[in-house]
Amino acid sequence: MIQKLKKYQFLFEELVKRDFKKKYKRTVLGMAWSLLSPLLTLLVMRLVFTRFFGATMEHYTTYLFCGNLIFACFSESTALGMTSLLENADIFSKVNVPKYLFLLSKNIQGLINFGLTLCVFFLFCVLDGITFTWKLILLVYPVCCLILLNIGVGLILSALFMFFRDIQYLWSVFTQLLMYMSAIFYTIDQYTYTVQCLFLLNPVYLFIRYFRKIVIDATIPTVWFHLLMLADVVIVLALGCWMYKKYNHKFLYYI
Amino acid sequence: MEVLKLENVSIRYMTGDFKDIGLKEYVVRRLKRNYHVSEFWADRNISFSLEQGDMLGIIGTNGAGKSTLLKAISGIMEPTEGTVERRGNIAALLELASGFDGDLTVRENTYLRGAMLGYTRKFMDKMYDQIIEFSGLEEFQDRQFKHLSSGMKSRLAFSIASLVDPDILILDEVLSVGDGAFKKKSEAKMREIIAGGATTILVSHSLAQVREMCNKVLWLDKGRQIAFGDAEVICDRYQQFLDGGIILE
Repeated sequence: MIQKLKKYQFLFEELVKRDFKKKYKRTVLGMAWSLLSPLLTLLVMRLVFTRFFGATMEHYTTYLFCGNLIFACFSESTALGMTSLLENADIFSKVNVPKYLFLLSKNIQGLINFGLTLCVFFLFCVLDGITFTWKLILLVYPVCCLILLNIGVGLILSALFMFFRDIQYLWSVFTQLLMYMSAIFYTIDQYTYTVQCLFLLNPVYLFIRYFRKIVIDATIPTVWFHLLMLADVVIVLALGCWMYKKYNHKFLYYI
Repeated sequence: MEVLKLENVSIRYMTGDFKDIGLKEYVVRRLKRNYHVSEFWADRNISFSLEQGDMLGIIGTNGAGKSTLLKAISGIMEPTEGTVERRGNIAALLELASGFDGDLTVRENTYLRGAMLGYTRKFMDKMYDQIIEFSGLEEFQDRQFKHLSSGMKSRLAFSIASLVDPDILILDEVLSVGDGAFKKKSEAKMREIIAGGATTILVSHSLAQVREMCNKVLWLDKGRQIAFGDAEVICDRYQQFLDGGIILE
């Protein structure tokens, strides 16, 4: 495994570089766009929803930002990842390279954007009067989970996308719905206990909730909460790897 | 020593309904039991083996299954039936000019292609100037790749690929690259690699080239193996076939 990683390290670096250059080609602001778009979303949400939800809640900006930060990373990485395999059909039909490299390269893109937005997030936290504690270190856990979830979902989507191009449209509808179900701008307190439990089925919501607990409340979620997140990630990732393994040599037929 | 051994290799392509239909159509057809997948055998029961230093020419008309067979040998495809045994590392130069990225510059594409072929960064740093010089693209290094002519593209592709030092070298129509001057240069380069002791597989429509370079020949027709063996004998028969002297069942 390690030997394989070493062997393909150069290719991986070149792929990341290529994706990066192509993404920001002929854009005036370049990478600034990646920062600007979550900030604009944040601004709009803050202006619109403060009247409804923000009036009674402390640190509403941070609350919103937590949601936006995680959700934007999820939706961007998965949407980018979905097309990664088909886009590179020209390459893997001529050269024998591991196909997951294309997806990982796209995920690195998403991760860079996430990292940048995260810096701005902490800046906003300071402005919002949040006190930082040592517990912030724990944010590494949901971030790692999120990265792995993105990869897992990306594996599944990019494989499905080879077979059915409809997935693209279905997924964009699905992410839209998921956004409303992730409690980004509202709290789930006003729902009954059963409904609140249903929210826990949504892994993206779990990550957002984890962030909020640590940053705003400075409390550590329970062990069960950690395990629930891990379970989601493992299931999705396993399914994705299984699909890639099973269809590794069959993708070729669908180009 | 046997370097490459194919035993009863068959490759099946699936064609038919599944390709261009969307999800809705797929479900509807599945429900109506109207979902048809047809098989198409691109290669059927191909068996041969090569010793170290052998130079194999694969001949056959269009659609004989030559390129598909090469994909199986290089590991891009898995044979549906049969086994491919390889010893040593393989370099496959298939349809060279494709797989480049039009938006990147020549320099970036060179590195990317080098990475795909399994070179290291150090190696590419060292060889980069040599590649550009060989392809004659010194003035185009920072141009976008899509602005090159198709001849230039193949020249670059060949120049990168010809640095390989493989045990098994697979060439699909790559010897007819570029203009006259470059063709000579590329042929000389190819011979140099082959002389280095690599086992080579060559697909070519030029019978003269096959006769001249290869010691063994595999003749395919519509996926079937017509003959495998000594180059001269089979080339003569193939020539006869092309002239209409032999009719295959």
